[in-house]
Parts: sequence; C-alpha cells; structure tokens
Amino acid sequence: MRNFSYLRAQSADEARTASALAGHMVLAGGTTLLDLAKCGIAEPETVVDITHLSGLDHIEINDTMASIGALARMSAVADHPAIRAAFPAVAESLALAASAQIRNMATIGGNLLQRTRCSYFRDAAVFSACNKRHPGSGCAAIGGVTRNHAVLGTSKACIASYPGDLAVALVAFDAIVHLGDRQVPADDFFLLPENTPEHEHAFERGEIITSVTIPASPAARHSTYLKVRDRQSYEFAAASAAVGLEFEPDGKTVRDIRIALGGVASKPWRVRTIETALIGKVLEPALVRKAALLCMEGAVDHGANHYKIDLAPRVVTRAVLQLGGLS
Amino acid sequence: MTGTLNLKLDINGESRDVAVEPRVTLLDALREHLGLTGTKKGCDQGQCGACTVHIDGQRVLACLTLAAQAEGRAITTIEGLADPNGALHPVQSAFLEHDAFQCGYCTPGQIMSAVACIREGHTKSDNEIREYMSGNLCRCGAYSHIVAAVREAAEATS
Ligand SMILES: Cc1cc2nc3c(=O)[nH]c(=O)nc-3n(C[C@H](O)[C@H](O)[C@H](O)COP(=O)(O)OP(=O)(O)OC[C@H]3O[C@@H](n4cnc5c(N)ncnc54)[C@H](O)[C@@H]3O)c2cc1C
Ligand code: SF4
Ligand code: FES
Ligand code: FES
Repeated sequence: MRNFSYLRAQSADEARTASALAGHMVLAGGTTLLDLAKCGIAEPETVVDITHLSGLDHIEINDTMASIGALARMSAVADHPAIRAAFPAVAESLALAASAQIRNMATIGGNLLQRTRCSYFRDAAVFSACNKRHPGSGCAAIGGVTRNHAVLGTSKACIASYPGDLAVALVAFDAIVHLGDRQVPADDFFLLPENTPEHEHAFERGEIITSVTIPASPAARHSTYLKVRDRQSYEFAAASAAVGLEFEPDGKTVRDIRIALGGVASKPWRVRTIETALIGKVLEPALVRKAALLCMEGAVDHGANHYKIDLAPRVVTRAVLQLGGLS
Repeated sequence: MTGTLNLKLDINGESRDVAVEPRVTLLDALREHLGLTGTKKGCDQGQCGACTVHIDGQRVLACLTLAAQAEGRAITTIEGLADPNGALHPVQSAFLEHDAFQCGYCTPGQIMSAVACIREGHTKSDNEIREYMSGNLCRCGAYSHIVAAVREAAEATS
C-alpha cells in the first residue's frame, strides 16, 4: 500500500474542505478504503479520518421516520431494537452483511459507498482493462468469468454489480441520503454505469454523507430481507430481496408492497412493475410467482451469471409469500 | 501529517509508544513494531478474521484499522486475555479442552472473536454461534470443535 498522510478531521466543515482537495479521501471504518488501497485501486495521498466527529453517529426514531447518522456502525443499527421493530428489512440487511467484526467497524455512510466486488476491477496488476478504474480502457469482465456480475442496469462499458445489502432496503422504503443540507432520494443517489461507470453516486467531491432518513410505513414495519448466497454467511448476495407488505383490513388484499433487489443489478434495484402488478390484488402463490418474473424484464446475462435470471424471481416469490403468511 | 506518526497506543492495559508511517495498520504495528505476534495475518484484506482484536471491548479487524485510528482507544490482543498470574481465560481453556484447532493459525482470532461473541450474547444456539463466528475462517476445518468450545464457554459464563 502506497504511503499517505493522515488527517484527523475536527469538524464536518473541515472534513468537507479537506476532502475536496486533490488526492484527499474520507476515511470512516476503512473496510472498503484500506482494502482497495492495499489492492492499489484507491491511491489516497491523504486520508481524512472522520470517525472522531461528534454528532454523526445517532440512531433516532419516531412515528414518522428513522434518522441514522453516517457514522453509526452497521452493528449498532442492526441490533437497535426500535429499528428492528419498525424497519426489520433494514436491520436484517445489515445483520446478514459481512461479519461481526466488519459490522463493528463499518459505518452507514461508508456502507453506501462501498465499491463493486468485480474481480477484474479489484485486480489492477493483472487486468488493465476496466472502465471503472480507467475510463476508456475497456472491460475485462465482458467475455470473462461473470458469475458475480449484474444482469440488470449494465452497459457496454461496465457489467459490475452493486454488492451492498443495506442500500437495497433503503431503496425499497424510499430513504433519503443527506449530504449536509442537500437531500437525495436513495434511488437517485446510485447511478447507472452507462458510459461513465467511474461515476457511481450523485454526489460531488467535498460533500460528505451526514445521515440517512427512512420514512416509517406499515410496509416498512412488516418487511424482510432475504439474501441467497454461495455460502451461508460472510458472503455477498447472489440475489437478495428487500420486501415490505401491507394488507387491506381484509388481511389478504395488497394495499402497499415494496420490492428491491440486490446482487443482480448495477445499483440497488427497485422493481415497481411487480409492486404495481400486486397492489389491489388478493395475494396468492400463483399470482406472486407470475408477477415476480417481471423483475427480470430487460435482463442481459454474460454466461456464468445467467443463473441470476432464474434465481431472482424465486427469491422475490419466497420473500413475498413468507411475509404474506402463505408459505 | 506525512512522515512518521508518534502514537501512544493503549494495549492490554499498557501505554506503548510507537513510531509508524500513517499507512501502517494496527496489525502491522502490533506484529512488526511492538513484538506482539499473537495476532495473526491471514489475508490482510478483511476476509479471514485471523487478525481479530478488541477495540474498546468490540471485536474488529486489525488488518483494516490504521494504527493511527486506534490511538486513544483500549486495544486488547490475545496476549492480554489470560490473567496476569497466568490463569487462562475461560474461552482459551475451552478451546484446549475441545481441541478446537489443528494448526492453530486461526486460533487467536477465533478466541478473540468468541470472547466478544459471548459478551454480545450471540450464543443462544449452535446456529447463532455459527452465524456470529462466521467472520473467522479455519483453513483446517476445526469448526465443529470451535462451536463446541464456544458453547461450553458461553454456558460457563452465564
Ligand atoms: C470481507 C468483506 C465482506 C463484506 N461483505 C459485505 C456484505 O455481505 N454486504 C455488504 O453490504 N457489505 C459487505 N462488505 C462491505 C462493507 O459493508 C463495507 O466495506 C463497509 O460498509 C464500508 O464502510 P466503512 O465505514 O468501512 O467505509 P470506508 O472504507 O471508510 O469508506 C468507504 C468509502 O466511502 C467514503 N466515505 C465513507 N464515509 C463517508 C461519508 N460519511 N461521507 C462521504 N464519503 C464517505 C470513503 O472515502 C470511501 O471512499 C464486506 C466487506 C469486506 C471487506
Ligand atoms: S465490469 Fe465494470 S468494474 Fe468490472 S472490469 Fe468491467 S468495467 Fe471494470
Ligand atoms: S488478516 Fe485481517 S481479516 Fe484476514
Ligand atoms: S486451526 Fe488451522 S486454520 Fe484453524
């Protein structure tokens, strides 16, 4: 790992000013940044440590919303009783991510900004072609081993998948990312690769994530995060679904449903087509199975990741049926 | 600050001075600068858990923590677990009793992780132990004995 200077930010404003300077990078839990620095992918000249800033690690919850500070640790949010009660999918997405040690280190702000696990992206020494690392250099993954690559939202320039879990739940429940005073809906915060896969988020140098807010809703309260992966724990999703469900008073007609997918797309992937197909209908297995297929509309595989096209609708189906008490 | 950082690290209840480059991880500071080689380096990338230590009582990975970030916090390593008079920590004894290792390389990390896992209360069933110990890989596959050791140590503490 190339050497760098270490700056401990004393205030959020100092962090903003410093991180706007060339070669400066914000350091929170370090579980993405130091990993990528060791791979030679991130090359900070100065790391700006924000973990000592006060007032950014709150977890507050009331009847209308939850507010989670950017420096709250994944484990603190996953274990928070009120988050588990009002936003089970959010708590589960965190509890099922990484390992206990990493969850104690990693912050909510850093979690959103984690980079793809595309092995070509991570191995600069062997694979020089990666448009995300070096715009215009090509994409070594296309035509390579693609088991973990996306089938939705890809482009000719990049087929990397977004690996995170939390953001999937946030997108399902219309969370807002706060960059100081500026607010960006979580869904808009993550960008499609298109021709600029190096540009992943709707934020600029010198901005820092300060918090995330999630509106409370009956669907968020009755929600789950289902994560399917190659091994049972300490692994990224092969396909995952954050689902929330609210019935009409009859207990079987869908009033509100939220569905977002992880592990299969270039960004956390909200599937409004399934939501629309199910709202107002009596929930029953055949209908759910059929509607779930809509999530793969427009999917393009690259060989080894074809299985995701079959897997994702099954993950959605299982999560919806479980929530609906039908399995 | 570029160049060298003069850090005061609180390790196993002792204040230790160390002069390191900013990029030096807590793991390398412990092993290469302070002679505390009980904490192991497996992957150096957050993927194996061999480098698990406690910071302010919480289990974390020393390979993805900068030494500079650990300043001012209470660091506990495997060397600080046993009683000063030499009596082993109950989790260490349980690992011996259950033969919860083969080569022993992952063991310091397993034990540090297990101590925290028990303290967190994530030991209500074998499945819960497996889930909350999943951040510690064992290349020798001693998993079933590790689970047994953690279960017994958890029962003994409760
Ligand atoms: C072995 C391993 C397994 C993992 N498994 C999973 C998994 O299953 N699911 C999952 O979701 N994640 C997983 N992760 C990813 C992990 O969750 C992220 O690395 C972590 O959440 C990043 O948070 P951090 O605080 O450590 O970020 P850092 O590494 O400190 O920062 C990450 C990036 O965000 C920037 N940054 C951080 N905070 C802010 C802020 N407040 N404002 C602006 N910029 C900021 C940094 O500059 C950096 O570019 C895994 C990681 C590892 C190493
Ligand atoms: S898929 Fe994206 S990240 Fe992976 S090599 Fe291609 S351009 Fe790079
Ligand atoms: S050496 Fe730190 S996790 Fe492997
Ligand atoms: S005992 Fe050899 S790696 Fe675990």
